[in-house]
Amino acid sequence: MNDIVTNVVFAGLGGQGVLKASDIMAEAAFESGFDVKKAEIHGMSQRGGSVTSDVRFGERVYSPMAPVGGADFLVVLSEDQIEINQHYLAPSGKLLSENDLRDVKLPHPKSGNVALLGILSTYLNLDESIWLDAIRANLPEKIHAVNLEAFALGRSLNGAR
Amino acid sequence: MKIAERMLLSGNEAVALAALRSGVNLGVGYPGTPSTEILETLGEIGGRAQWSPNEKVALEVALGVSFSGGRALATMKHVGLNVAADPLFTAAYTGVDSALVIVSADDPGMASSQNEQDNRRYAEAAGLPMIEPADSQEAYDFFMQAVKLSERWNIPVLFRLTTRICHSKTVVQCDGATMPAATPAFRRDIKGRVMIPGYARLAHRRLRSKLAAISEWNEEGELSETVLHDRSLGIITSGVCAMHVREAAPRASMLKLGLTYPLPMRQIAEFIQNVERCVVVEEGDPFLVDAIRAAGLKIDSKSESFRFGELNSERVRLILQGEEEPDAVPRKPGKPPQLCPGCPHRNVFQILHDMDCIVSGDIGCYTLGVMPPFEAMDTCVCMGASLGVGLGLRHSLPADEARRVVSVIGDSTFIHSGITGLVEMVYNPPATGHVVLILDNGTTAMTGLQEHPATGRTLDHHRTRQVSMERLAESIGLDSVEVVEPGAMEPALTAALARNDLSLIIVRRPCVLAAGKIRQYEKAIAEDAACASCAE
Repeated sequence: MNDIVTNVVFAGLGGQGVLKASDIMAEAAFESGFDVKKAEIHGMSQRGGSVTSDVRFGERVYSPMAPVGGADFLVVLSEDQIEINQHYLAPSGKLLSENDLRDVKLPHPKSGNVALLGILSTYLNLDESIWLDAIRANLPEKIHAVNLEAFALGRSLNGAR
Repeated sequence: MKIAERMLLSGNEAVALAALRSGVNLGVGYPGTPSTEILETLGEIGGRAQWSPNEKVALEVALGVSFSGGRALATMKHVGLNVAADPLFTAAYTGVDSALVIVSADDPGMASSQNEQDNRRYAEAAGLPMIEPADSQEAYDFFMQAVKLSERWNIPVLFRLTTRICHSKTVVQCDGATMPAATPAFRRDIKGRVMIPGYARLAHRRLRSKLAAISEWNEEGELSETVLHDRSLGIITSGVCAMHVREAAPRASMLKLGLTYPLPMRQIAEFIQNVERCVVVEEGDPFLVDAIRAAGLKIDSKSESFRFGELNSERVRLILQGEEEPDAVPRKPGKPPQLCPGCPHRNVFQILHDMDCIVSGDIGCYTLGVMPPFEAMDTCVCMGASLGVGLGLRHSLPADEARRVVSVIGDSTFIHSGITGLVEMVYNPPATGHVVLILDNGTTAMTGLQEHPATGRTLDHHRTRQVSMERLAESIGLDSVEVVEPGAMEPALTAALARNDLSLIIVRRPCVLAAGKIRQYEKAIAEDAACASCAE
């Protein structure tokens, strides 16, 4: 058994879809057959405050919390939340943020979380169909189309770099 | 929640599923982060679940179910167990017929709480067995064990979760096996259940014998896990800390305890003997450390500075290295939460700020009235305290200051423990009178929009009788009871503060997050009623 664990930390403000993004990520990893742990803090954080959620997956994962300095990916939905979460990122880790979406027009202003998942998905070796199913499973049907479009948009962005 | 053989579940969801499959006849509780989703999920997946006005009532209802021969679950956050402590301590004496499992969801680090009390202390204080799962799989498996343990020794079982268990999703695999249902029927047991001193003395002895037997059973290691790797370092731990330990010291030996009261002290002694150096890793109070040292065993422990906040694998590494301080680099705090845009409480706190009131506050979203730009709250201690503390301030302050004191409480919190404060106000009125504001947003907003007795809807949003807060207050005997919109609060408050009366102002407008949902629930209720009348 290999002990490689992929750590993704999602950060942003309450109401931006941080937890939704981490739920979709966790489900995609789970449906791909990995052991998965996902940590989050609810409660006061729902009221516009800072929110983070960690998703960890691999053959075997122990702690639900990503180690400081150990995140392979830091996905930040609000630029002002980068600085306070930077310490999670591993030296070789990749920061994905709102900034990566600055040149594109999102299908909906609230679909930034799923668009960033689209970019993230290009770095992770999970089947696209599993991602699409995870998006559908975690969002109400009436916003499926707009979010699948946002995901496709995110996926197309990485190819351009 | 989609039920399958392999699932990704939060600890709360895992407990709910285990409760359903272990045949829990009724789940009761009061919403409180991080425990709330247990009963919501239980209701959603077909179990019977209901909100009580507070945790004390919930535990009493659960105890009644279990006296009747039905299985009961009571859920609450850690501070909720303080409210339920009165029945808790004596339920330990009476014992139970069918299972009674009490979930205490602790919040080390205070993600959403007013203190970080360590409820493992309750197990020892009340004399109740306590089980602590380390992830969702164990939350599921150990819950089933808790039901069996409760019925084997006829004793309530404390099931202690923490925020990271409740709200972390981890993989759960199960075969879907269920326990045979309990069949309620009344069995008279006067000496066992009527706790007059003569019977209670006998009951206390019975309780201690049960604990001695459970301790022996715990020595067999059914709920413990011993991992012997590198003998130079051994770690004793429990709950989510065991996961941090595995990560921080994968080669170390480990004794993970699942039943942390009463402790299997022989098993612990044997483990300590098997390793060169033994460190206890636990979050919060030195609960295991104190007990193990009191047994005369030699262990290392964390330094006092690790008592504060939760642990993670990094902190566990520091503890194992014998470091004194948890965080080498102080980190910037995140953005604090605030009242939502359009929240009806915003108006209220702007007025309280502008009028320079002395605000005796309470627990809920509106506690955020303490944050800038309002900074309009002077005290907040526990559920319902706004009334008592406000009255105390009124009794003691000079008259010109006393007249500025206002008690501010939410609708759900008022039902939970504000009613007795109103009674106190009428019984012992301050010379300057007093003014209470109920900020009625029609929901238990802070914990995620749960129903309560004054909404007139049950946990699953169906119609039930509605408690009228205004009629209740009138019957208690206040001088004036008014219901106003937030926009009309200022003149009402100004007038009330100028009188020496006992005044209640209910400031009523639905929470912006709940308003749409409430309309849907009411529409569904109306449609159901129309259907029912048609069928008659």
